[in-house]
Amino acid sequence: MPTAKRQLQAEPLIFHTVNYLIMLFVVVVTVYPFLNTLAVSFNEGTDTTRGGIYLWPRYWTLQNYEAVFITGHIGHAFWISVARTVIGTVLGVFLTSMLAYVLSRPEFMFRKFITTVFVLTMYFSAGLIPTYFLIKDLHLLNTFLVYILPGLISAFNLIVIRTYIRTLPESLVESAKIDGAGDFRIYLSVILPLCTPVLATVALFIAVGQWNSWFDTFLYASSKQDLSTLQYELMKLLSSTMNSNGNPGLAAGVNHDPSTTGMVTPLSIRAAITIVAAVPILVVYPFLQKYFVAGMQLGSVKE
Amino acid sequence: MQDTVLGSDAPRRTERRTGTIRKRMWSQRQLIWMSFPLLIYIVLFAYVPIWGWLMAFQQYRPGFSVFNQQWVGWDQFHFLFSDEGFLQVLRNTVAMSLINMVLGFVTAIGFAILLNEIRKSLAKRFIQTISYLPHFLSWVIVTGIVATSLSTEDGIVNIVLMKLHLIDSPILWLGEGKYFWGIVGASHVWKEVGWNAIIYLAAIASVDPSLYEAAEIDGANRYRKMLHITLPGIKPVIIILLIMNLGHILDAGFEVQYLLGNGQVVDWSQTIDIFVLKYGLKVGNYSLATAAGMFKTVVSIVLLFLANSIAKRLGEERLI
Repeated sequence: MPTAKRQLQAEPLIFHTVNYLIMLFVVVVTVYPFLNTLAVSFNEGTDTTRGGIYLWPRYWTLQNYEAVFITGHIGHAFWISVARTVIGTVLGVFLTSMLAYVLSRPEFMFRKFITTVFVLTMYFSAGLIPTYFLIKDLHLLNTFLVYILPGLISAFNLIVIRTYIRTLPESLVESAKIDGAGDFRIYLSVILPLCTPVLATVALFIAVGQWNSWFDTFLYASSKQDLSTLQYELMKLLSSTMNSNGNPGLAAGVNHDPSTTGMVTPLSIRAAITIVAAVPILVVYPFLQKYFVAGMQLGSVKE
Repeated sequence: MQDTVLGSDAPRRTERRTGTIRKRMWSQRQLIWMSFPLLIYIVLFAYVPIWGWLMAFQQYRPGFSVFNQQWVGWDQFHFLFSDEGFLQVLRNTVAMSLINMVLGFVTAIGFAILLNEIRKSLAKRFIQTISYLPHFLSWVIVTGIVATSLSTEDGIVNIVLMKLHLIDSPILWLGEGKYFWGIVGASHVWKEVGWNAIIYLAAIASVDPSLYEAAEIDGANRYRKMLHITLPGIKPVIIILLIMNLGHILDAGFEVQYLLGNGQVVDWSQTIDIFVLKYGLKVGNYSLATAAGMFKTVVSIVLLFLANSIAKRLGEERLI
C-alpha cells in the first residue's frame, strides 16, 4: 500500500509543523508583552505617547528608572517589598519546616489533632470583614508586622514539606536520638540540611507571594505611605493610567501625578516599575524549575 | 489523602492512663514546644475570626462590642437575596468561574498534550520554562499588560486584528460589559496555562508506553493515540481536578475583576469578593458584607464535601 506509506511519512511532518507553529504562538504571546514593556521602560516617556513602540525603544533613556529609584517614594516602597519578602520567606520557611518535622514524627501524641487543625484552614476562611476586625483588634493596622504575621504558615506548604520529610530514612532520626540529640537539634542539624530541594520550592512560593502582594497594603496599611510596597505603587499607577472606561490611552494620566515631570509619564514609569517588579522573579524561577515541578506534583497529584 | 494527612496509626488505648500520658508529654516536650506556639497562632488567625460571623445576624454599629449589638436574625440574608445588586454579583461570580474553569481545563490539557509531542528535549524545556513565566507575575503586572494590550491606542490586540482585516476600527475592549467575562477568562489562561499543564504533563509521562507501542502495531496514527490512549490515561487526574474545582465555584478571583473593572462594566465585573469589600470597608455596612462573605464560605465548604464524596464514590480517595 504505497499511498498509506506516503501518508505515514507526510503526516508527522504536517503535524510537527503545525505543532511547532502553535508552540511558537504560545511563546510569542507570552513573551511579547514583556519585551514591549521593556522597550517602553527604556524609551522617553513623552515620545512613547506618540505611539509605535513595539520591541525596541526609539529614544533611549534611563530617566524612567531614575524616576523610580532616585526621586519620589517608589524607591522606599521597593525596599519595603524587599524587606517583607526576605523576612517573610525566612521566617515562613523556618517555622513551616519546623512544624512539618514535628508532624512527621509518628510517636507525637498531638500529631493528628494539630494536622487536622491546619489542614482544615485550606478549606474555609473567616472572610474579609472578620479578618479585618481581628487585625484591627490585634493593633496590627499600619504596622510592618501585618505583612508577615497573617500568612506566616500555609497548610499547603506544610503538607508538601511533611510529605518530603517522610521519604527520608527513619534511621537518621533514630541514630541521632541514640546519640542523645533532642528533637529540635535533630530538626535543625539532621532534617533541615536534607530538605534543600523542598525548602527551595516552598521558599519560592512564599517569596513570590510576598513580593507580589498588594492587597494587604491596600487593606491594612494604605494610610501609611512609609509602608507602601512596590506592587501597591504599581497598582495605584495602573488605576491612574486607566481612563474611566478602562482604556489606558498613551497619554492617560499625564500630569496627574506631581512626581512625574519632564520626559517621564505615568505610563513610562509604570513600565519601569513593572520591569523592576518582574525581574527578580524572572532571574530566580528558571533555576528552581526542577524543584517546584516536583513539589507541585508532590502536593497535588500524589497523595 | 485522608490517611496520609490525618495519620494512620491507631492510638494505643492501653497507654491512656494519666501517668503514662504525663510521661509521654514529658518525653515529647520538645515536640510540644516546637508546635504549640504555632497551634495557638493558627487558632488565633484562622479560627478566632469566625466569631465575627455573629455580625451577620446583627445590625452592627461600630463602637459597641459584639454582645451589645441589635440582633436581627436572618434579615441580612433576606435582604441579600432580594437585592438585585447581589443577585447580579452572584451571576457574575458563577459565570466567570465557570468560564475560567472550562477555558483553563481545555487549554492546559491541550497544551500538555501538544507539548508532549515535541521530541526535541531542549525545545520542550525552553517552551515549558517560558510558559511558567506569567504564573509568577502578580495580577497587578498581568492586568497592566492586559490593559495595555487591549488599548485602543497602540494596543497590540487591536493592531493585529486590524492588520488581519478582522475589524475595521479599534474595539474598546475593556469598556463594554459583553467582553469582560471573556477577557477575564483569557487573562487567566495567559497567566496559568503553563503552570496548570505541569500536572497533566506528569500524568502523561506516567502512561504505560507499551500501550502506545501496541496501538502503533495496530496501525493507529498520532491523533488516534492521543484520543484513545493519552486522554483516557490522564482521565482520572482530569476528573479529580474538575471535581475539586467545582468546590471553588464562588471563587472567581478578586484581583483581576477589581483591577480591570471600571465604571462602564460594573454590571459584569463585580464578584462576591468585591461586593464584600464595597459594602464592608467603603459603605461601612459590616453586617451585610459579613453575611455575603459567610454565604460564600458556607457554600464553598458544602460544595467541597459534596465533591469529596463524589470523588470517593468514583473510587478516588485523594481529596481532603
